[in-house]
Amino acid sequence: MIVERKLIKIKEGLVRFATLAESMLGKSIKGLKEKDKFLLTDVIEVDELRANEFEIELEEQCVAMIAQHQPAGKILRTILMISKITSTLERVGDHAVNICGHSLYLIERPQVKPLIDIPRMAETVMGMLDDSIHSFVEEDAALAKDVCERDSIVDGLRDQIIRELITFMTSDPTTIERSLHLIRIANNMERVADLSTNISEDVIYMVEGRVIKHHVDDENQE
Amino acid sequence: MDSDIKIRAENVNFYYSETHVLKDISLDIYANQVTAIIGPSGCGKSTFIRLLNRMNDLIPGARMQGEILLDGKDIYSPRTDVVELRRRVGMVFQKPNPFPKTVFENIAYGLIINGIRDRAFIRDRVKQSLKKAAIYEEVQNRLNENALMLSGGQQQRICIARCIAVEPEVILFDEPCASLDPISTRKIEELILELKKDYTIVIVTHNMQQAARVSDFTAFLYLGEVIEFGPTSKIFTVPEKKMTEQYLAGRFG
Repeated sequence: MIVERKLIKIKEGLVRFATLAESMLGKSIKGLKEKDKFLLTDVIEVDELRANEFEIELEEQCVAMIAQHQPAGKILRTILMISKITSTLERVGDHAVNICGHSLYLIERPQVKPLIDIPRMAETVMGMLDDSIHSFVEEDAALAKDVCERDSIVDGLRDQIIRELITFMTSDPTTIERSLHLIRIANNMERVADLSTNISEDVIYMVEGRVIKHHVDDENQE
Repeated sequence: MDSDIKIRAENVNFYYSETHVLKDISLDIYANQVTAIIGPSGCGKSTFIRLLNRMNDLIPGARMQGEILLDGKDIYSPRTDVVELRRRVGMVFQKPNPFPKTVFENIAYGLIINGIRDRAFIRDRVKQSLKKAAIYEEVQNRLNENALMLSGGQQQRICIARCIAVEPEVILFDEPCASLDPISTRKIEELILELKKDYTIVIVTHNMQQAARVSDFTAFLYLGEVIEFGPTSKIFTVPEKKMTEQYLAGRFG
């Protein structure tokens, strides 16, 4: 079928975009850890532009698909989701760029503390993003649900990072500015975790037809 | 001339007696692409496609100006061999029109009138053509039945196979699905997409959605003029002309 073949192509484009967004996030943290200015500017100057191109291209393909084929039912839901995920990935890219900005400030200055929690948080967040895209491609609701559950781990890590940095800031005010940059990095990553959760919630809707948005916690208590 | 352009229409005007049917049409048909011609009834789309293999030659009082170039050569020049032209540019019509002969004879017909006598060659070509037209599986045990016994959708694919058998370069489809049910229509559309690998395809359709589904390029004709021509994905999402937009929205036509 024509529509199915086109849909596969669009899905492939989405996966490539997701890979780019993930690598942007990975580079933003690696650049911070290894004080690699080149890696950080590469995200801002090269990857970000590619991400914007991806967004426009995929968006156009989705619109053309709807205009040319009038998909209904599941294909329509899938196309609408791809369109949504596309904007989400663009925002992930923006968060990566934000992180790079803060990292560029930080790598020029002495470390407030050894970087442990932030890379750990990044690893979890990237796994969530990766799995949310996979759950979409494979239509795997169980994996999507697992991503939603990991959101609280990231929230916990973020809170822990903030608590720790507050102790640094109160004991030594010269660390305040650097600490605030680190907090913003943690917040940006936490947003990516939220976005991955949103994708996963949509996947669950797509596969099971259940809306779990806005009350994942209620579900966990059941 | 751009090598990707298979057919180029240059400032084509066409008249039925005093009626000016096509007005200064210039259009490029790209090789191995599907070009759809859409527009409301009477806009000249069928007239235009019939000019591409000189099907309008014998209409009394009809007159054409301008040039139609196939691979850069004017098909309306006195040197053109019209039979050869129609072998190179085949046509499939709105109503399936198989000959009242067997399935086999229908496909072999074009070869035989072209003087081919080698039976093994003909048998092989018939089989290949039926396969390319995605009908072989359905008729392989019915080759000696009258083609008119088949369903409408099957007859239409027999006509496509008949067209393919003489190895054309361009296939013109004039409303190929107008008399078919949705399932047969879907099969023909799938087939068109398959065929574009080997042939250049021009399809006239009043079914806008069909044009959207199968074509790479779309020309929108209105009252004998090309209002807009471009990639189908663009015409159907962000057309440049207001009139195209209105036609797509179903405001007229």
